[in-house]
Amino acid sequence: MRTPTTRRLAALALAAGSTLGLVACSSSNDSSGSNGDVSITVNCWPPTSDPIDRKNFSDDIASFEKIHPNIHITPKDEYPCDDPKTFQAKLAGGQMENVFYVYYTDIASVVANGQAADISDYVKDVKGLSDIQPSTLSVFKGPDGKYYGLPRTNYSMGLIYNRALFTQAGLDPNKPPTTWADVQADAKKISALGNGVVGYADYSSGNQGGWHYTAEIYSQGGSMVTADGKHANFDNAQGKAVLQNLQQMRWTDNSMGSKQLLTQTDVLPMMGSGKLGMYIAAPDNLPILVKQYGGSYENLGIGPMPGDKSTLLGGDGYMFNVKDTPAQIQAGIQWLQYEELTPGQGQFNYQRAASEKSPVGLPEPDLWNGSTADADAQAKTKYANVPQENYSAFESAMKTMPGKIEPPDAQQIYSVLDNVMSGVLTNQNANIDSLLSDASAKVDNLLANQ
Amino acid sequence: MSVATSVAAPPASGTAARTNNRGGRLRRKISDNLTAYLMMAGGLICFALFSWYPIVRAFLLAFQKTNFVGVSHWVGWNNFRQLFGDPEFAAAWRNTFEFTGFALLVGFAIPFVLAVVLNEMRHAKSLFRLLVYLPVMVPPVVTAILWKWFYDPGQGLFNEVLRALHLPTSSWVYSTGTAVISLVLVSTWSNMGSTVLVYLAALQGIPADLYEAAELDGANIFQRVRHVTVPQTRYVLLMLMLLQIVATMQVFTEPFIITGGGPQDATISVLYLIYKYAFVYFNYGGACALSIMLFVFLGIFSAFYLRLTRTND
Repeated sequence: MRTPTTRRLAALALAAGSTLGLVACSSSNDSSGSNGDVSITVNCWPPTSDPIDRKNFSDDIASFEKIHPNIHITPKDEYPCDDPKTFQAKLAGGQMENVFYVYYTDIASVVANGQAADISDYVKDVKGLSDIQPSTLSVFKGPDGKYYGLPRTNYSMGLIYNRALFTQAGLDPNKPPTTWADVQADAKKISALGNGVVGYADYSSGNQGGWHYTAEIYSQGGSMVTADGKHANFDNAQGKAVLQNLQQMRWTDNSMGSKQLLTQTDVLPMMGSGKLGMYIAAPDNLPILVKQYGGSYENLGIGPMPGDKSTLLGGDGYMFNVKDTPAQIQAGIQWLQYEELTPGQGQFNYQRAASEKSPVGLPEPDLWNGSTADADAQAKTKYANVPQENYSAFESAMKTMPGKIEPPDAQQIYSVLDNVMSGVLTNQNANIDSLLSDASAKVDNLLANQ
Repeated sequence: MSVATSVAAPPASGTAARTNNRGGRLRRKISDNLTAYLMMAGGLICFALFSWYPIVRAFLLAFQKTNFVGVSHWVGWNNFRQLFGDPEFAAAWRNTFEFTGFALLVGFAIPFVLAVVLNEMRHAKSLFRLLVYLPVMVPPVVTAILWKWFYDPGQGLFNEVLRALHLPTSSWVYSTGTAVISLVLVSTWSNMGSTVLVYLAALQGIPADLYEAAELDGANIFQRVRHVTVPQTRYVLLMLMLLQIVATMQVFTEPFIITGGGPQDATISVLYLIYKYAFVYFNYGGACALSIMLFVFLGIFSAFYLRLTRTND
């Protein structure tokens, strides 16, 4: 039988245990070095569900540490690499890695909030910095002209299409549409094939509707915000043209199917299973369509963004924790140069990728300029294991088509524009003028409060 | 013994003696209950850290502009003013009230009727109870994805059935007119099992002789329900109605997974707007301000409701 003293001791232990357990939850993130050794953490280690890329990343770290014995890299495999929902919490809690992954869309706010280290003094050490496309590099510059990170990949929006459906509909699979009028006409023919085939699909939910609206207004020569970034700039002829085009395809031609409020997770299975003719996407969708959704490289092509006035640019890269020491920043830059920014190694090791049956020969990433770009293209072609001719229309158009970066506060603006897209695609009698005017007022309000 | 002691003790006189007595009693009380206090300490610390502190912090954040990294600034009522200027704010409250209204009509009545029917069944009672409860065991996200497929206007289950019966099809969640009620159906289907079980428990507590007396008086089934079942289960009904209103006012999973708040904000709820403010707009002050508004509204409503039902007892 337990005595009151025993019970008290047990309760005391329980209370102390709870307190200690809670205290243990808040561990510190020590990344200091000694004797010239530098330790850094780097995120976006590919997840265990992607064993080949994960092993490559680990092997590259081991090779890098052999060359730089004083640098120790600890990879972190949190997935997705950049989750806006946990981004601020990680920074605030001191849990952010020394070298952390970002989308282009997040860079401006990270810099504005003082959450990234200025690496301008160290960027000059990057070999071949001038070989990186200036438009891509400049994304990582703050308004003060200083560098806050380095790019990893870039993408430009184009039009992914199903070559087999093009052939069945009597269209030339080597000539994807280059204007929105062509897209509309081709979508009508493809949807006429029946059997649940949809001619053209577009997003209208999960902020992705706004993202595609942005890409489409860029293709019409428009923009989302004014040059000073303080006001909405889409309630105009270009903005209306985007919506009128979608309205006609959805309701007059009935070439967009009846299911709407689509996001990428809805559209990729449609394309992979051969039930969709065309949708707007970057080339990085191609391997996903093949690996995860049953598509085949032979059957998939990518053409330029219809409208060809300009295309939306995006991508990802790495920034440096504002608390990093100079030694950690230098170590991080050396690692990024080794893994992400040297032709022939790391992500550009095409020989290794081809031997592992990973796709080689896709049009992007296309980071380089001048002779480095030529050397990269030659290496890519040498080890290509995908039909590069399916992407020739996209590649040749990208030589002249200007690229345009996403607007400031992109995710917030996209969220507002989701409504406009879903309005047009779910309501036959949607009033385009009213939708645009409401959204414009909302974006003005949003930008004013930033 | 104790009586003798108390008689023998000098009469308590003066403030010091009274204070000594009170202090002694307090010490004895603490000593007697020390084990209980220590047992509670772990739970209290957890509640304090993970419930009460966040609530207090939310009140403070509602009046601040912060990104959790830089310095926070006091902004007075700005976050509230900004909310009132947001067109989604009115839409979110309107949709939430609409959802709650439909959920009361559909989600309150159907489980009660089902419970009455299950209670009247003579055979396969357990099987039917299991069948009714099964959807509760399906994770809410799975339920939402499943129903998203049911609602697909092209090849979705519901429209396929309607087409097979040569009936007109619906746009379900893809139309502003039917989106909210479509989400209410999802919510009702997935939560009905628990409510039915509570009703069943209440129904089985009704003395059988009341029904026998009613039958002897010639009451039919509807009269028995009206004059016996409803009055006898009144307290359970009232409490469940309160819980259901509080729960449905916080609807999030269905609009988040199925519609993303669309089409055209037709299904954006207050909780979903809080999520958007926090994790899409990264306006944590705005999110907390809206959370406080919902908290205060539900608190006042619950107090008023409980007082009203108590007054009528």
